[in-house]
Amino acid sequence: MEMERSVSYESDLNFKATELRLGLPGSDETEKQSTPCVRGHKRASSEISEESKGSSKVTDTAPPPAKAHIVGWPPVRSYRKNCFQKNEGEGVGKFVKVSMDGAPYLRKIDLGVYRSYSELLKALENMFKLTIGAYSEREGYHGSEYAPTYEDKDGDWMLVGDVPWEMFISSCKKLRIMKGSEARGLGCSA
Amino acid sequence: MDSEWKRFRDSPNSEELTRRSSFPDEVLERVLSLLNSHKDRSSVSLVCKDWYNAERWSRTHVFIGNCYSVSPEIVARRFPNIRSVTLKGKPRFSDFNLVPENWGADIHAWLVVFVVKYPFLEELRLKRMVISDESLEFLSVSFPNFKSLSLLSCDGFSTNGLAAIATHCKNLTELDIQENGIDDRGGSWLSCFPESFTSLEVLNFANLASDVNFDVLERLVSRCKSLRVLKVNQSISLEQLQRLLAHAPQLTELGTGSFSQQLTSHQDEELKTAFSNCKNIHTLSGLWDVKAIYLPTLYPACANLTFLNLSYAALQGGELAKLLVHCPQLRRLWVLDTVEDKGLEAVGLNCPLLEELRVFPIDPYGEEIAHEVTEAGFIAVSNGCRRLHYVLYFCRQMTNAAVETVVRNCPNFTHFRLCIMIPGRPDYTTNEPMDEAFGAVVKTCTKLQRLSVSGLLTDLTFEYIGKYAKNLETLSVAFAGSSDWGMQCVLEGCPKLRKLEIRDCPFGNKALLSGLEKYESMRSLWMSACNLTLNGCRALAREMPRLNVEVMKEDGSDESHADKVYVYRTVAGPRRDAPPSVLTL
Repeated sequence: MEMERSVSYESDLNFKATELRLGLPGSDETEKQSTPCVRGHKRASSEISEESKGSSKVTDTAPPPAKAHIVGWPPVRSYRKNCFQKNEGEGVGKFVKVSMDGAPYLRKIDLGVYRSYSELLKALENMFKLTIGAYSEREGYHGSEYAPTYEDKDGDWMLVGDVPWEMFISSCKKLRIMKGSEARGLGCSA
Repeated sequence: MDSEWKRFRDSPNSEELTRRSSFPDEVLERVLSLLNSHKDRSSVSLVCKDWYNAERWSRTHVFIGNCYSVSPEIVARRFPNIRSVTLKGKPRFSDFNLVPENWGADIHAWLVVFVVKYPFLEELRLKRMVISDESLEFLSVSFPNFKSLSLLSCDGFSTNGLAAIATHCKNLTELDIQENGIDDRGGSWLSCFPESFTSLEVLNFANLASDVNFDVLERLVSRCKSLRVLKVNQSISLEQLQRLLAHAPQLTELGTGSFSQQLTSHQDEELKTAFSNCKNIHTLSGLWDVKAIYLPTLYPACANLTFLNLSYAALQGGELAKLLVHCPQLRRLWVLDTVEDKGLEAVGLNCPLLEELRVFPIDPYGEEIAHEVTEAGFIAVSNGCRRLHYVLYFCRQMTNAAVETVVRNCPNFTHFRLCIMIPGRPDYTTNEPMDEAFGAVVKTCTKLQRLSVSGLLTDLTFEYIGKYAKNLETLSVAFAGSSDWGMQCVLEGCPKLRKLEIRDCPFGNKALLSGLEKYESMRSLWMSACNLTLNGCRALAREMPRLNVEVMKEDGSDESHADKVYVYRTVAGPRRDAPPSVLTL
């Protein structure tokens, strides 16, 4: 598979160009690549320096194309790089099933799209046309007929909202919106 | 080290000086035992034979900056009474994945010698070494007095190795695990400390991801009455932190866990009280996932804070500003570039005593640049913090004029590490190379010991460095220079140069060979993605038998091309543990 060098220095096989997806062409988001790997990076780098030296039109402050992944550059320790990639772009493609008691079929949402519990709950309220209301540590979603719950890494069913958002994102495997008396049972302080 | 001593011993004057030395050995040894700096001890050992011997008998701590510069046998022969060893292994660029996986720097060969020669070894501090779980277990059972283990940027081990340390080291005072390539198999290692174990003074597991058993941790903290450094990981919540602080108000260094739990107002008060009872905290770090509304709980502990490490806490500028108002004693500050120039202005305004600033990028690949610091922030800090002498600054744009202003404000830089993250980026306002910026740094900062350059640079930068940087010891260069002449200027001009690391520069064999005489006075030279050939490296190896010249080949590259070259002085000869991809010439 031939890929264009042009201005970007990727040398990975450009699977994205040949991937079958639903969606308008050109509607993809840039993905984070956590393993930078440019073979023959020396050549890549001399391309860069020649370009910046020779070019007299570098007057704007725009950085070069986003995907210029040179091995080991910038010089940031792997541990630190991995730390923030985990927290930031995590959840691009973190789709989880959402079931709602009484609904005939399940839905799927991308948790990575949301930045907080309130955004997520609003989205669920919209999707299922219901009101979940506000979370409180003592009483859960008291006052609502519904309680959003999720299955975590250990297989336990937990109430959405108890743990910090980032911890929730990394441990949530699927969502279930409980309804009625079962929901109220969860909401009571045990 | 050893070669200098041999030269001295054979010189005509040493005999005379030996006769004149009239201190009994015991007195001399006692006096010398008070010397701690290894540089001082090196000087002392060169005075005469008596002093050499007294020094070697009285030395208890040995620092080895390159594990391959000497062998464990040679070390043990010279220093019979070592209790503490510090070892550094791989070249620094291994932190950035430039060194092959199996390159070497395994500690095991050293441990095997130590168990015989230093059975009472107490302390091991490793940086960029490889250490396996087997080695950790061996360490934990073979040295009954073992007290202190510090691992920074190491790899090859898992949490099972930590379990062995916790289980067997009855006298452990320090377990410091930082930024390592560790295989994290869970937090059960912490539960391996016996209930009878109370000697811990330093515990740092901030960079381990897995949950630990909080009850176990709480009991450990409460029974170790001498605990002064505690750095926990993200799994510890604010509520749990409050309980730990209640048991250990004597802490001097604290690394918090996650700083974002939803607290009731009662819990908030309790946390604030816990912090206000910690009157001795001078170093604070952690603050993972920080939510700024909880920062006020910290304020009572900030009065004596001298080192604040926010490099894992994504704070905004305004949030940082509010916090800094409460930290008037700050000397060292590490932040993320999420604070932007606005945050750095606050630093300039609130931290007049600041000596060290490090600004790390939250998004090094720059795919969604929402936050960054610019030359304006750099200038703002230098305006307010005139005592600044250490800077590490990651940015995407810089100007010559800004750097000139910064060093005019702060002429005392000893460490100047500027990383313009876009390779070969010129001064963005004038389009000129950044030569004048670094020229200003070396001309003004006469005490400069460490320099990292970046941006578009010609040989002129290196002419300046060679001409003015007379105290420079460490130089890092990437994507810079125009010809061999640049590197030659540095090799010929910097008398105190010890470490030179270069990547992606147009320096070739001529430059490499111009430093023939120099390399024996340096610890090491690294050159990758430059214009070196195997023949050039062979010529170097031939001329200088006391250097190890190692070439690492990349798959699929030109046969004669020397992709990665690592040159270092050694008294131990060529190493025998090099993998097949590393040629020692």
